[in-house]
Amino acid sequence: MSDVQFSPQRLDEILTLVKRYPKAQSAILPVLHMAMEDFGHLSIPTQQLVADTLGVRLMMVREVVTFYTMYREKPCGRNLLEVCTNAGCMLNGADELLAKLCEKLKIQPGETTDDDMFSVIEVECLGACGGAPIVQINGDYHENVTEHHLDDVIAKGRTHDPI
Amino acid sequence: MIPSDPKKVTAICFANIDVPKMHTLEMARQQGAYQFLPTVLNTFSSEHIVSEMKISGLRGRGGAGFPTGLKWSFVPKNTGKPTYLLCNADEGEPGTFKDRDLMRFDPHLLIEGMIMAGFALGVKDAYIYIRGEFIHEAKRLNDAISEAYAANLLGDNILGSSYSMHLTVHRGAGAYICGEETALIESLEGRPGRPRFKPPFPAVEGFFRCPTVVNNVETLATVPAILEHGGEWHKAIGTPNNAGMKIFSVSGNVKKAGNYEVPLGTTMRSLIEDYAGGLQNGSVPKVIIPGGSSTPWLLAEHYDVPLTYDDLASAGSMLGSGAVIIIDETADLIALTRRLAHFYAHESCGQCTPCREGTGWLERILTRIESGQGKQEDIRTLEDAAKHMAGRTICALADGAAAPILSLLEHFPELVEQAIAEKTS
Repeated sequence: MSDVQFSPQRLDEILTLVKRYPKAQSAILPVLHMAMEDFGHLSIPTQQLVADTLGVRLMMVREVVTFYTMYREKPCGRNLLEVCTNAGCMLNGADELLAKLCEKLKIQPGETTDDDMFSVIEVECLGACGGAPIVQINGDYHENVTEHHLDDVIAKGRTHDPI
Repeated sequence: MIPSDPKKVTAICFANIDVPKMHTLEMARQQGAYQFLPTVLNTFSSEHIVSEMKISGLRGRGGAGFPTGLKWSFVPKNTGKPTYLLCNADEGEPGTFKDRDLMRFDPHLLIEGMIMAGFALGVKDAYIYIRGEFIHEAKRLNDAISEAYAANLLGDNILGSSYSMHLTVHRGAGAYICGEETALIESLEGRPGRPRFKPPFPAVEGFFRCPTVVNNVETLATVPAILEHGGEWHKAIGTPNNAGMKIFSVSGNVKKAGNYEVPLGTTMRSLIEDYAGGLQNGSVPKVIIPGGSSTPWLLAEHYDVPLTYDDLASAGSMLGSGAVIIIDETADLIALTRRLAHFYAHESCGQCTPCREGTGWLERILTRIESGQGKQEDIRTLEDAAKHMAGRTICALADGAAAPILSLLEHFPELVEQAIAEKTS
């Protein structure tokens, strides 16, 4: 038995979802998304929970967790800022934007601030190049992002306001 | 409403894209969604639908441009196995952002297209594989699907007919390769997205080794209009062999980046100047990437190329997903190429050695050249590595990784030579 557990409501949701697929293993990706929502990151006990819930081997879950970039095995800051620097964003100043963001937070891409408030990562194309540069903040797409907008985001994040 | 005179058609997939609240079933129905569905379910045969799709000349809008009707006709009958329909909504090719707008603003158009496609193919379970980052778009789809279920547009005995279909949204988790249809299938089976050898093609052996059709969002969203107005109607739009409208995602150094649906055959110049507001700097692009970052570059001399699968192939590139990236004089082409090389190295699934090793080589050499540490032999090594990757792997990711580098070396060798000559150490 794993130390972490899904809530009864979540388990119901998972059982309903599994029925939509020919085999339960198809639900590994969506159930990992749910586990990220519930537990923030995917520790080994959480991955074991996903494996046990779906009746698959831990190694099948590990293989998925380590292949896909959205699954985090370690916690990140309270606010996650994902900056796209691929072609469309790069042509519209994303490198400069990322550099300024890191300067303001005094961290490097891939790092978390000392107070655990912000994590910044550089990501690949987010599929919204019409609004370049794009920053995905706590899951929401922010388009045509300016330095000024980042200042607002940081100020809100620091006061614990939702961004 | 889409006009029944093909000459008057100005949009198919985006016909209602600006209608407020179009994502709700109520508004979608007011605009005519699902009106023709009972006719299809009660009076059309599978053969008739596939035949109309073939006549329509619709070619897959996801990138490869394979004729949709022909793809559907490859599904074997009476195999004793279920047939699956998968919508490829893993929009990840740098420069492509059209499917996102379709899904968030007009999800019922996609759902209706999937019901009709599913009916034609005898599908009981269909899935929309959407990229993991599209959290809100996935929710939009799920809300629309819930409304459709409540209105008996999905589920058992759709609208009282004998046809039943279930539709499930499945989120990916950040892997570009899952846009490749066999990698998408692997991912939907709960595994890493590693492309499979073809043949067998998915139409014969796909999802859990059962017959499977994988179609792009825009392709499926075109189906309702084709079935309502007929294959000949669709064929009359665009140019011969390149029928229909196409959404182009225009990005880069343009004034009004965005999605524009135009008839195939519209020129690149018209797309950029009449729709995307022209260039940010100068009057003619330095480089045009016409179909997503994996497609070979075009130059200013190609500015008047008609946007068709065939004309772009003749010009030495591809229409791809319709992702036009415009690059002006201000851009640093070596830095841009290095950035794309990084992307492909990051996204290579790693199962084929030429791609796993080659993409890393390309990135490291370009990084070296960009930082002033380049060596004379680097140009040859780059070309050699790029040429030895393309065509030597299971899927086309390696070809896509090679394209920008080969384009840079072919069209701008002096830039690379200059960067190497200006060594900093």
